[in-house]
Amino acid sequence: MNDHAHDSHDHHHEESFVRKYIFSLDHKMIGKQFLIFGLIMFMVGGGLALLFRWQLAWPDRPVPIIGVSQTYLEEGEVATAADRKWEERFDDDKETWLETNMPSGVIDPAFYNSLFTMHATIMVFFVVVPLLVGAFGNFLIPLMIGTRDMAFPVLNMLSFWSNMLGAVIMMAGFFVPGGHAGAGWTGYAPLSSVVDLSGVNWGQNLWCISLIVMGISSLMGSINYITTIINMRAPGMTWFRLPLAIWALFIVAILLLLAFPVVASALALILFDRMAGTSFFLATGGGDPLLWQHLFWFFAHPEVYILILPGMGMASEMLPVFARKPIFGYKSMVFAMIAIAFLSWIVWGHHMFQSGMNPALGLSFMTTTMLIAVPSAIKTFNWLGTLHRASIRFTVPMLHSLAFVSMFVIGGLSGIFMANAPVDIYIHDTYFIVAHIHYVVFGGSVFAIFGGIFYWFPKMYGRHMNATLGKVHFWISFLAFNGVFFPMHILGVGGHMRRIANPMQYEFLQQMQPISAQPINVFITICAFILGAAQFLLLINVFWSIFRGKVAEQNPWQANTLEWHAPTPVPHGNFGAIPQVHHGPYEYSVPGADKDWTPQTEPNGESPHGEPVPAGATAD
Amino acid sequence: MKWLNFPAWLPENVSTFGQGVDNLFILIYWITAIVFLAVMAVLVVFIIKYRFQEGRNAEYIEGSTTLEIVWTAATTVIVFGLAMLSLPQWNKIKFPSQFPGNPGAVVQVNGKQFNWDMTYPGPDGEWGTDDDLQLENQLHVPVNEVVHIRLTADDVIHSFFVPQLRLKQDALPGRFINMWFEATKPGTYEIPCAELCGFGHSGMLGYLTVHTEEDYAAWISERWGE
Ligand code: HEM
Ligand SMILES: [Cu+2]
Ligand SMILES: [Cu+2]
Repeated sequence: MNDHAHDSHDHHHEESFVRKYIFSLDHKMIGKQFLIFGLIMFMVGGGLALLFRWQLAWPDRPVPIIGVSQTYLEEGEVATAADRKWEERFDDDKETWLETNMPSGVIDPAFYNSLFTMHATIMVFFVVVPLLVGAFGNFLIPLMIGTRDMAFPVLNMLSFWSNMLGAVIMMAGFFVPGGHAGAGWTGYAPLSSVVDLSGVNWGQNLWCISLIVMGISSLMGSINYITTIINMRAPGMTWFRLPLAIWALFIVAILLLLAFPVVASALALILFDRMAGTSFFLATGGGDPLLWQHLFWFFAHPEVYILILPGMGMASEMLPVFARKPIFGYKSMVFAMIAIAFLSWIVWGHHMFQSGMNPALGLSFMTTTMLIAVPSAIKTFNWLGTLHRASIRFTVPMLHSLAFVSMFVIGGLSGIFMANAPVDIYIHDTYFIVAHIHYVVFGGSVFAIFGGIFYWFPKMYGRHMNATLGKVHFWISFLAFNGVFFPMHILGVGGHMRRIANPMQYEFLQQMQPISAQPINVFITICAFILGAAQFLLLINVFWSIFRGKVAEQNPWQANTLEWHAPTPVPHGNFGAIPQVHHGPYEYSVPGADKDWTPQTEPNGESPHGEPVPAGATAD
Repeated sequence: MKWLNFPAWLPENVSTFGQGVDNLFILIYWITAIVFLAVMAVLVVFIIKYRFQEGRNAEYIEGSTTLEIVWTAATTVIVFGLAMLSLPQWNKIKFPSQFPGNPGAVVQVNGKQFNWDMTYPGPDGEWGTDDDLQLENQLHVPVNEVVHIRLTADDVIHSFFVPQLRLKQDALPGRFINMWFEATKPGTYEIPCAELCGFGHSGMLGYLTVHTEEDYAAWISERWGE
């Protein structure tokens, strides 16, 4: 059905360097571009976090190396940057970039705001989404559904390059007068919509523009994914034979498609307010600051599920392979994801319980939010069920998948606290929320990404990553991750607000019982530095293995899904002949079979899903 | 392992509704702690018991409808139960129609970059008249009496937070939001701003002084005489 012109590419002509590595139309190369891009941005976003973690642990001390200033060396003392006036930030002609943002080597409070704002913005929009949706989405969808490429290869290339453009615009914001956006990744108006209220000028504009560009990139990607998955599945690949990773990516593409236009319009309104003198978010001009929050969270709650669903899907691929067992409750997994997708549109108000929104609305949002915990629980129990009576191989991807499951449990459970509106009165806008976010997004999605990189690397690059280095990286990351984020629950319960540059300004935090907040912050920062350093192991492993890794066979993990049916390295056009699919993707340890895996391409008489489909039948 | 006991980290509660919030917190803490420990125990047991061993194969199990129904129903009941339990608490704290009457003090609190302005209406009980008293970052209230607050903001969104009262409410420019509390213990408590409001957000801090009855009367007469 879709194997038309591509066949001709299979064996002959070499493509030019530019076509092959830069403006590539091949979904696999685009996926790899997203992978490398995402990993680099991951280090950038992490670096920003380490900068502000320094400030939190040792407030108003000069940052080592980059921040040791002459004044400090001479006088041993620095004036706290908080004393500085508004206007100083604008007469930039006198000062270097470093002196503006880190006077006397100390992080300026306005710069502190830019740091955490950009940390979150980069991690959400330029790391997790590009990695999960861009890298794995692109690489896996055609391979796992058994087709030769995406439906719209040019759109696919544009999606990567517009994403790149968005990133360049976002990074440029650091270097404009007035500093980068500092209103949080949530960009609450009117702080974000009135220049004079923040002192940030082009930084915030670029933030809006970059996110719009980046959203267009997601739109192009999602249209492509939806079309490809609906139309181009290999013969026999019915909906209920789709791997869960593909289900997840399909649902995510739909969420992206529907959510993005909302935030794009909201960002445009911010730009109008800032540049054209409108007052959509300004009460004095007849607007309403809460309008922004409604628009933003209507987008951003689905967005946070966009950040986790592909991770769930990938963990659901790796767990059965290394448990050598079918996934427990395949259909309930699918329906749980569909339920999450629907519910995620009606829970956004749980971010706004204390915002001044009508408290009666809070009650309805509390109820729907509680409901969304149910499908999350179902998925967790199914993963546990998958391990029951399994034969578990503790490979690097499996370690990450197990970490994914257990960390997601913590993140989901902390969600219950916050979903409870009265309890949220107290913990809203504290480090409890920060802990929650990171348990789901770092403990969940990022560990799934780490595992996924290791798992699919042999298919991507034809070589294995180093397992020993992988295990070292895993264990340091896992322990340091918990060292960083678990104590944040405790800080939150002690009342520690998020987004404050100097916890020492608050008596009640210094008096926190049984331990003061400051030593906890120091502990967190030390763990954060370890966590950051450990990521170099991952980078080294990836880049070293691309060139030097052990050469991989076609199906090194003995897995069932179609990508392992393709030759390694995967040629342009992916498959020799388009494979015929005979059953679901999780037929492991089928009784009576000669081996403990049964690729989707091999008929399997024993299994209930094994009814052979007449050769040549189409997907539906 | 005392540090794992989250409720122990809560600051002392000094409001009449705070205990209700704490009770919900403690309830959820125990439910989630038990669920977490149970899930982790199962996970660890499976990991050990079903690790790869020569000569033993995984079993082909595709799922169990009974189990799916059981755990779907169980979680639904638990989370719905929690939602229902918290309704009265939420209503009590946030619904203006349910605020207790006869306030011992009525104050307007105005967040602005980067201070809290407190305005007392004075003896005539009306704002905007000559006998108003405006204080910067100082909120004085009597103990064991209901206090009504009219919260607003000048410029951007701020958030009025008194950890010991278990009270947090965003202040919106252009809107007046009503809230209430009744403090049960004299003393001075910090009022941090909990919503990012600009470069001075960190350190935007007011003080709530809860006076004994006599102290408060003295404080009042000092300002307005009889
Ligand atoms: C069991 C399911 C979950 C529940 C009940 C839940 C509930 C909540 C609630 C009520 C908040 C708002 C807290 C507040 O600001 O006071 C919140 C914040 C957040 N949640 Fe979840 N959540 C769940 C799962 C997830 C997942 C799976 C993700 C993403 C992968 C996620 C990401 C976030 C993020 C990023 C925020 C913070 C946004 C911000 O203010 O910066 N949550 N969650
Ligand atoms: Cu949400
Ligand atoms: Cu503030």
